[in-house]
Amino acid sequence: MKLLTHNFLQCHIKGVKNGYPLNIEAVKIEERDADFDPDFLRSMFKRIDWKAFLVGAQALGCAEGLPEAVSEEQLQDDGFLQKFHHALLEVCLEEGSLICPETGRRFPVVKGIPNMLLNEDEV
Amino acid sequence: MGKSERPEHTAPPDIFYNEDEARKYTSNTRMIAIQEKLTQRALELLALPPDGTPRLLLDIGCGSGLSGEALTEAGHAWLGLDISEAMLDVAVEREVEGDVLLGDMGQGVPLRQGVFDGAISISAVQWLCNADRSSHEPRKRLKAFFESLYRCLARGARAVLQVYPENATQAEMMVAAAMKVGFSGGLVVDYPHSTRAKKFFLVLMVGPSSYAPQAKGLDGADEPMSEDEDVDMGEGGQVRNEGRQRKRHGKPKGSSKSGAQLKSKSWVLKKKAQMRGKGYTAIPVDTKYTARKRKKGF
Repeated sequence: MKLLTHNFLQCHIKGVKNGYPLNIEAVKIEERDADFDPDFLRSMFKRIDWKAFLVGAQALGCAEGLPEAVSEEQLQDDGFLQKFHHALLEVCLEEGSLICPETGRRFPVVKGIPNMLLNEDEV
Repeated sequence: MGKSERPEHTAPPDIFYNEDEARKYTSNTRMIAIQEKLTQRALELLALPPDGTPRLLLDIGCGSGLSGEALTEAGHAWLGLDISEAMLDVAVEREVEGDVLLGDMGQGVPLRQGVFDGAISISAVQWLCNADRSSHEPRKRLKAFFESLYRCLARGARAVLQVYPENATQAEMMVAAAMKVGFSGGLVVDYPHSTRAKKFFLVLMVGPSSYAPQAKGLDGADEPMSEDEDVDMGEGGQVRNEGRQRKRHGKPKGSSKSGAQLKSKSWVLKKKAQMRGKGYTAIPVDTKYTARKRKKGF
């Protein structure tokens, strides 16, 4: 699971109001190369919750060099884009858990696949 | 899969698509070709602006990633959702570009508001119409799915869901559920006159839209068949609500006759010689009149 995906995931248990962002408990992390596409990165930046991204990056150990806030110039700066690219698309959570901030419910991540299946009583 | 057995009648999808089935499905060249074709058509109907910008798409019921790979080929990023662990394991094994989630679309897609540029689904959403478990209520599940899908799409985005409705009631059920949550759009039926090629696409727009996609094969033309598709074996089932069954078979393999040669003089002479060779005695003698062109209306 990449941080791009994590940024969009939320807890969908019935009645939960603050199910985003999910907290990450990382057990195994892997790095995989991805194609660098600045246009794609800028397009993704527009829809990313930056704060949630930073917290996720911290959990996966790739937050170094990422600023608290991003300016327009930085979006054109190759240096920033490379760091953003790496954290967003190349660092993968293989094993661990995603935890709902409201209920504490754990969604396991196995082989890089988050298990978001709900139990009968959560629907 | 049996010839006329719908997978939905056999078992719930997470059980039907077990390791064996997942592997069979993914190594079946015919299945790959069909999925590829359907994904291309879905992308066509999605009508993303052709400006070369890679978009973020949701692939619902992504399975082993056959459709996802076509999305990657088209230059898009995607996130997949599927209920079968076995199918997703195959996707990961095949190193598909998109991340995949294990989840049940009938429980709602666990994604936040307005993040996707579009969504596709190939041969999956009709599973919602069946109560796979006693606690399932199809209408409730359809609602949960469409509501959450609507929410996670960006403004102006579209969803194209290729489905195999078992009958007209199911098709209506899916359309109604989608409209109820605010989608506009409807069902596009390609090749409506062909049993073999008929395909259903639920084309949905977030909010009102003037988008009016054109179905294929409305003039009665059949779909051009590719090598890998062979005779229709009812993949996932076709709508059986039809008057006359017109079976269309492709050219049988090994057939060397072209249409023009079929009843030509040389063919007739050859055939007669063949029959004599077999021992039939009553074959008329060949004369200058044999297989002569007759006047029209003979």
